[in-house]
Amino acid sequence: MADVMVMKEIEDTALRLGVDISTLDLDSIRLPPGENYGIVSDDEEVYLEDNLEFESGFGNIIVVDNLPVVPKEKFEKLEGVVRKIYSQIGVIKEDGLWMPVDPETDKTLGYCFIEYNTPQEAELAKEKTHGYKLDRAHIFCVSMFDDFDRFMKVPNEWAPPETKPYAPGENLQHWLTDPKARDQFVIRAGSDTEVLWNDARHLKPDPVYKRAYWTESFVQWSPLGTYLATVHRQGAAVWGGSTSFNRLMRYAHPQVKLIDFSPGEKYLVTYSSHEPSNPRDANRVVINIFDVRTGKVMRDFKGSADDFAVGGAGGVTGVSWPVFKWSGGRDDKYFARMGKNILSVYETETFSLVDKKSLKVENIMDFCWSPTDPIIALFVPEMGGGNQPARVSLIQVPSKEELRQKNLFSVSDCKMYWQSNGDYLAVNVERYTKTKKSTYTGFELFRIKERDIPIEVLELENKNDKIIAFAWEPKGHRFVVIHGDNPKPDVSIYSMRTGQNSRVSKLTTLKGKQANALFWSPAGRYIVLAGLKGFNGQLEFYNVDELETMATAEHFMATDIEWDPTGRYVATAVTSVHEMENGFNIWSFNGKHLYRILKDHFFQFLWRPRPPSFLSSEKEEEIAKNLKKYSKKYEAEDQDVSLLLSEQEREKRRMLKEDWDKWVNDWKRMHEEESLYRQKLRDGEASDEEEEYEAKDIEVEEVIHVSKEVLHLEYGQE
Amino acid sequence: MRPILMKGHERPLSFLKYNRDGDLLFSCAKDHNPTLWFADNGERLGTFRGHNGAVWSCDVSRDSARLITGSADQSAKLWNVQTGHQLYSFNFDSPARSVDFSVGDKLAVITTDPFMELPSAIHVKRIANDPTQQIGESVLLIKGPQGRINRAIWGPLNTTIISAGEDAVIRIWDSETGKLLKESDKESGHKKTVTSLAKSADGSHFLTGSLDKSARLWDTRSLTLIKTYVTERPVNAVAMSPLLDHVVIGGGQDASAVTTTDHRAGKFEAKFFDKILQEEIGGVKGHFGPINALAFNPDGKSFSSGGEDGYVRLHHFDADYFAIKI
Repeated sequence: MADVMVMKEIEDTALRLGVDISTLDLDSIRLPPGENYGIVSDDEEVYLEDNLEFESGFGNIIVVDNLPVVPKEKFEKLEGVVRKIYSQIGVIKEDGLWMPVDPETDKTLGYCFIEYNTPQEAELAKEKTHGYKLDRAHIFCVSMFDDFDRFMKVPNEWAPPETKPYAPGENLQHWLTDPKARDQFVIRAGSDTEVLWNDARHLKPDPVYKRAYWTESFVQWSPLGTYLATVHRQGAAVWGGSTSFNRLMRYAHPQVKLIDFSPGEKYLVTYSSHEPSNPRDANRVVINIFDVRTGKVMRDFKGSADDFAVGGAGGVTGVSWPVFKWSGGRDDKYFARMGKNILSVYETETFSLVDKKSLKVENIMDFCWSPTDPIIALFVPEMGGGNQPARVSLIQVPSKEELRQKNLFSVSDCKMYWQSNGDYLAVNVERYTKTKKSTYTGFELFRIKERDIPIEVLELENKNDKIIAFAWEPKGHRFVVIHGDNPKPDVSIYSMRTGQNSRVSKLTTLKGKQANALFWSPAGRYIVLAGLKGFNGQLEFYNVDELETMATAEHFMATDIEWDPTGRYVATAVTSVHEMENGFNIWSFNGKHLYRILKDHFFQFLWRPRPPSFLSSEKEEEIAKNLKKYSKKYEAEDQDVSLLLSEQEREKRRMLKEDWDKWVNDWKRMHEEESLYRQKLRDGEASDEEEEYEAKDIEVEEVIHVSKEVLHLEYGQE
Repeated sequence: MRPILMKGHERPLSFLKYNRDGDLLFSCAKDHNPTLWFADNGERLGTFRGHNGAVWSCDVSRDSARLITGSADQSAKLWNVQTGHQLYSFNFDSPARSVDFSVGDKLAVITTDPFMELPSAIHVKRIANDPTQQIGESVLLIKGPQGRINRAIWGPLNTTIISAGEDAVIRIWDSETGKLLKESDKESGHKKTVTSLAKSADGSHFLTGSLDKSARLWDTRSLTLIKTYVTERPVNAVAMSPLLDHVVIGGGQDASAVTTTDHRAGKFEAKFFDKILQEEIGGVKGHFGPINALAFNPDGKSFSSGGEDGYVRLHHFDADYFAIKI
């Protein structure tokens, strides 16, 4: 409507000026530079947004104060010293060092300005040399040039901060109240990012929100599904809302590469790595921890990439993400990171080290938190050429008390797997054989919740088998291992609880499966054995309660498999690592193929997580018991939907058919109208009906040869 | 349905054409010899020798007496079907791509590729009744579309010419004046190169296949988009059943990517779609390269496909094909 009004105004003006607007090419008009006549450009908003990121342009200048005041003769010497110090850190611009001189005394003023090529270098220089002792009397005081401006502007009078009126936020958990209890997922294909409902009843996804160029590298749900995080050059942002996706908060972090939410989604950790100005140095790493709701930086960590590279005695290069691992549970109380020979545990109340010091662990290789309790499991390899055994220990936080420890000998590698309730810890230990030429595997199983934390040892029947995959049943007591050496490995299912005695026991082994990955349903009981990569996407849907295969299927070339958070559906996807077949399939938990969507350049498929249920376990049990009663309602709904669907389908087909018949009739009519002309074009040859020619049987008699022969009758015989 | 495998070409197939009676099948391939087969049992009758380049397409006259072929050797040739002798050769300065006889077989439309400095062009030639009277003069020459014109055919009553090619636009031209009459809409039209175009038996509508992984059905007179059939592969060839409301779509990924993928990934299938509901009904596997050519027997009871693998597969439908209900 607004457009129409504007157009009308323009037309009126044109009429007044006697200009024929229809002959005017509006696009050819160029406004003089710097003048917009109040016309707002279409991309104004974007422009303004971008502008926020720009600084005044002096961001790469630092001011070094507390230099010695020297006379003219010594000026060059001092400049040489200062240049030497500061060119170690970064490249000083040409004429980038300026030391002002008092014109009256010809002495320096005791400060200088240094301009670097990049703000990063300037910042680094400030960090590194602030407090640098040139001698006893001259301790450098380094500030950013921009800071002067900023601090000059601080008003002298304190003004009470304005209290903003409370604006009620949107219900960020609105998607959980879907009357059809559907789940959402996000997909990224090409430049588009789309959030969709999984409408399994209608066998199709139902769009929620779509946006092109929503993110510059990837998207990620927060662990409870409240936020969708996007990553941009300037930082990260989170989106959410009741009906559509609005931007809730932005987290400035230039060139952010990786992000990680705390499990209770209170904090967001962002990571970026910057090329050093000196190629011999390691990359500079910046990690920020933001409060998700306020957007404030709670703590930042800066340093060279080496400081954040993990793996005890070195050897492992690069940073393994996440650097900070969060303790389990929703209260996000502790987080920890591993350094060389230390384990630093921080608490979120003060964002400082617990007890103000890190835990000293010689040669620590790996650690992980229990998913529910503040307990850390850590692994230390053998030291001193095997004189000191490798060990796995469990440490309680914040007391830092060792709960349990297990020494292991001739270990080559060790992996730790927590069960999702924190009830059990499985440690997959790879040991050298006596000759040290090969390795064999075993499991150490810790029962965390029992008194004194008993440990059991489990060895595979064939000790030489390699472990291909391991997975605990979520909230359960069973685990599944894929093991074997040959191309078709075996799958074994174990339980930690069988009958009276609580010993680990094997339930079954499935021989020769085309599988190399395991995916438990989040509700337990069902598992998808998948043959990804080399196995081209073989899928087997297996019921662990009944120990039987429910279905086998194939999603050719599948690269990713994910259960929906309720354990009702499974998504298998082929992402753009393959050129062909990009898209995803949705299956029911028992392996029935529901629908398939193909998208070129398919990057990501992520189910929106759900927060844990508020129902008590008693209540859940009660529901499970009376399942029949509840399911009746849903079955009826399903029936209605399927009836409606088939009705709609029939209707649609009838319409299509009618449309088509209309076309066909038109064509027939035209065809007949034109038949005479066509006949003419064909020199009078009967034109169309002849197409239905009849096959006639025609008998043709042909005389090939006639010959006469006279037979002589012998009278005598008569 | 057991297909008959016809191995007679040494290079990828490019085009297939049945005669009107449906007893003969002409095949063109990148080797230089168009081949004639019995459409019933796949027996080879003979080849037409004379071309010196890949043969891109052919058309046979209504009385099955003449064959016209277009070839990369920069010529289009007329042949006597019965003897296999060359009757006449139209010579061009660039490869000939598509050939099509008009209703009445008195005219032929031939397209030539862009070559060196030359743009692509559509030529209309008069075909003389007596081959000795044949001249090479063009009746009409149309230039304009960018890129290769992959197919040009006659519209109803020879009044129009329909062309489609690399610029993804389908155009209808006046065959008398050479004026552009209609152009397919950018929005509803194909997004990538149109590779193939097939007319319905009565010429009232036609089907186009494109590398944008879809085939589209258009009204010949108004150029209205009627249906769209979406597949997973670039489409190289399309055909319509003259008997049932079925369309067949063939294709596969680029030849350059074939060697790097599993044959199952290629999906070198001829896919059957319901013409009206636009739903996939089934597929016929067999080729181990992309399908480049498809043709329906005019009786609708068999069809043949030609692949990058050099084979022609002739399929006679089983009885249950005619009982498909969806």
